[in-house]
Amino acid sequence: MKAFAYERAGDAAAAVEAAAVDGATYLAGGTNLVDLMKLGVVEPQRLVDVSRLPHDGIEDTAGGGLRIGAAVRNADLAVHEAVIERYPVLSQALLAGASGQLRNLATVGGNLLQRTRCSYFQDVSKPCNKRRPGSGCPAREGDHRNLAILGHSEHCVATHPSDMAVALAAIGASVHVLGANGERTIPLPGLHRLPGDKPQHDTVLNRGDLITAVELGAPAPRSVYRKVRDRASFSFAVFSVAAIADVDDDGTIREARIALGGVAHVPWRAERAEAALRGAPATAASFAVAAAAELDPAQPLRDNAFKVPLARSVLVRTLAELCA
Amino acid sequence: MTGVAGRAIGAALSRVEGREKVTGEARYAFEQPIEGVAYAAAVTATIAAGEIDAINPARALALPGVLAVISHDNAPQLGETADGELLLFQSDTVHYRGQIVAAVVAETLEAAREGADAVHIDYAPREHDVELRLDHPRYYKPEKVNPSFPTDTAQGDAEAAVGRAEVVVDETYATQPIHNNPMEPHASLALWEGAGLLLYDSIQGTWGARRTLAEVFDLPPERVRVVSQHVGGGFGCKGTPRPQSVLAAIAAKVVERPVRVALSRQQMFATVGYRTPTIQRVRLGATRDGRLTAIAHDAFEQTSTVREFAEQTTTPTRMMYAAPDRLTTHRLVALDVPTPSWMRAPGECPGMYALESAIDELAVACGIDPIELRIRNEPDLDPEKGIPFSSRNLVACLREGAERFGWADRDPTPGAREDGRWLIGTGVAASTYPVYRAPSTATARFEADGSVTVQIAAADIGTGARTVLTQIAADALGTDPAQVRLEIGDSDFGSAAIAGGSMGTASWGTAVVRACEALRAQGEGEATVNTRDEIKAQSELSRHAFGAQFVEVRVDADSGEIRVPRVLGVFGVGRVINPKTARSQFIGAMTQGLSMALQEESVMDREFGDYLNHDLAQYHVPVCADIEDIEAVWVDEDDGELNPMGSKGIGEIGIVGTAAAVANAVYHATGRRVRELPIRLDRILV
Repeated sequence: MKAFAYERAGDAAAAVEAAAVDGATYLAGGTNLVDLMKLGVVEPQRLVDVSRLPHDGIEDTAGGGLRIGAAVRNADLAVHEAVIERYPVLSQALLAGASGQLRNLATVGGNLLQRTRCSYFQDVSKPCNKRRPGSGCPAREGDHRNLAILGHSEHCVATHPSDMAVALAAIGASVHVLGANGERTIPLPGLHRLPGDKPQHDTVLNRGDLITAVELGAPAPRSVYRKVRDRASFSFAVFSVAAIADVDDDGTIREARIALGGVAHVPWRAERAEAALRGAPATAASFAVAAAAELDPAQPLRDNAFKVPLARSVLVRTLAELCA
Repeated sequence: MTGVAGRAIGAALSRVEGREKVTGEARYAFEQPIEGVAYAAAVTATIAAGEIDAINPARALALPGVLAVISHDNAPQLGETADGELLLFQSDTVHYRGQIVAAVVAETLEAAREGADAVHIDYAPREHDVELRLDHPRYYKPEKVNPSFPTDTAQGDAEAAVGRAEVVVDETYATQPIHNNPMEPHASLALWEGAGLLLYDSIQGTWGARRTLAEVFDLPPERVRVVSQHVGGGFGCKGTPRPQSVLAAIAAKVVERPVRVALSRQQMFATVGYRTPTIQRVRLGATRDGRLTAIAHDAFEQTSTVREFAEQTTTPTRMMYAAPDRLTTHRLVALDVPTPSWMRAPGECPGMYALESAIDELAVACGIDPIELRIRNEPDLDPEKGIPFSSRNLVACLREGAERFGWADRDPTPGAREDGRWLIGTGVAASTYPVYRAPSTATARFEADGSVTVQIAAADIGTGARTVLTQIAADALGTDPAQVRLEIGDSDFGSAAIAGGSMGTASWGTAVVRACEALRAQGEGEATVNTRDEIKAQSELSRHAFGAQFVEVRVDADSGEIRVPRVLGVFGVGRVINPKTARSQFIGAMTQGLSMALQEESVMDREFGDYLNHDLAQYHVPVCADIEDIEAVWVDEDDGELNPMGSKGIGEIGIVGTAAAVANAVYHATGRRVRELPIRLDRILV
């Protein structure tokens, strides 16, 4: 790890100012950043600690939603009463992530900005377009068992590692950002970007942008998060699905919102599946059609083709249980 | 054989050093409080094969705190030793990616690591060959397999017998490379005092290390002392000195100060050994009623170009079941990979995965319960050597386990039990491990207060060795364990077996008993005993421990995820000296077996030639949530042909058979026979 300067921001504006210089980055829970610094993957010259900014509240909003401060810890958010009642998908996703110790430290803002766990990204002795633009992507021909099947590019096949972000993408959250030019709101999905030819950019944020809060829209009491992984805990998703359903008494699906994890560079909002389900009967046949609509365009790599049937069957089962 | 009787052996004594460990007072090798210490950090090769063209240390040497950069350009010349991995900086050849090719010594750990990053090395790479595959053209027959077993054995004509058998199983199984990954990374602290070397090392045996390091540094052995008070796990990868032991000593010589070295977790994936991947063909011929007529087991494995390590994968097949015609072989290919080495039950563990999977396949093919099939093939004598077993309780373990596990109600039909989206199945496999014993030296001494100090160069790698030796000494002295103080982990205490081959307790315990008996007879002073003659005189018998493992799995029908709600191991291991530490050993090894079955895999990066997932975030081992109901029990076994305690080693048998029991349960749950470990969800789904 290289030497770096450390400062604790007094308020959000001061943080943004302090982070405006080259080589500065925000430190919140540090559960990912510190690892990457130890590995030499990132070498910030200055850390601006935002973990103690007063962004640690969870408040009701006018529309029955919630505004969650960016510094709220994952562990606290997961067991917040309003989250459990109104957004079970979010509570479940949080509890499916990482380990108890990590959730005690990890923040909402930091969780959204996690970097991929692609092995090549984390090994500075090897090329990686995300870490060193233009150096190449060995994962395409190398080990990519747990990398993307949707939306990847020749430059990058990484996946986004967050569980929480998948739930937020299904809920339809908005991310409040304070930047050099003032405040703005970014919808989620929309914060993260596909790799294209600039995989070094995970998100649409600009240098010095600070996430201050995440706002959740209409409650999603009928919702679920299902995570498939290689061990029972403390393991990134091989595949995950966040699903929210609104089903009429007659069994017609009024609306479904679905996001997938472990398949793309972003929390993948399954709009094709949603469109197929809108107005359809809540039957196994509808779920199969929806899953096919989303997954038929998948472009798996040599060793991750198993994710396509895996995603299909888990998505169908999850929707069936949710809509039953 | 004269046995030792008393009340301490058999008691569930808690670890005698437990308080020291949980309060942090126990000093591991890296933590020895030595003044004036410098730190060394390794620089590792970034090519898998070729030569070093040039090493430029200038940038590293310019960093504040950096004392020296050591490489083959300037390193001291070393002596000769069998393990080429220890001959650091003696040539410009790169044998594998991650090999230690230089080192930086500095005032602080941070400066050493920064310096290591700053050393610039130009390489002349050549194409590398890192993939074990069945059609590799360079397989050869090693002269022997680890440690000194015949490479191949043949009785009768197994191939012909398989050809004419009524029922045939002919299948190929594969296991992936896996790494030992003890919690404590390899660490050493070296001091040159006078003309000699003092090395604090994280190692499984100080006596053997002394001799090896004496060879490396061209010293008489008595000028080398190796001390290893506490070791945070080893599983074989600390069985002998590893490169960091030598690196610490070279660095201390160069900077003329004590030097500490700790490997990083990432470096451990290249430099300290691992279990070779294997490809194993098993052919079984049997009668329709499940009696084996022929067994053939061929293993294909890798080694490095630095040092030959030939895992003895098919050796358990030589003695496990009766069959007149038998064949076992090992073939090796030297690749541009790190050198494989010992990992908990080398040989037995991967070999029994394949054999016990094949036995299950034979049971299915014959329509016979797999426990019954094993009982029908129980040999009267050791099938390879034709001599009696000192004791063999495989059948008792199978029956006891069947009773406890509820095997009698099992419907053998595969894929027939569901609970919601889960498919449920159960499997069984046999375990075995040889009983070894090696000569050791122990000293027992009366202290002024009437207590007794016992010294032996044993190693406690987290197993409870210090505790069970205390119990053994107490019974031999006819006193209370509280009156006995064990001092271990110091090569000055004389020759001793390593903590390996499940022979520690038997070897050291014999010496401790004899020293305590001698002291008791003397009634005063001190007594030193070496057990060479006693061990040489033991009768010729086939000595092995046996066991049976039962596993229940649940397989998610949609995702292929596997969970393991129940694991039961039943073992016949002679007399259990401490039921508490024994149970920990068994269930720890069974957990490691589950890990091998379902999770562990070191992924070879074919393009770059190293193990890609080289940290514990990427290399999975079980977390608590993976381990549900796991239990180990043992059957009564009175074997007077072992050692004064009547004990068999228990450190390794628990990992033998677990993976096969899991694979057999997965078959029972799903109808899918997965013949490649680990059984990950993608191998279920395909």
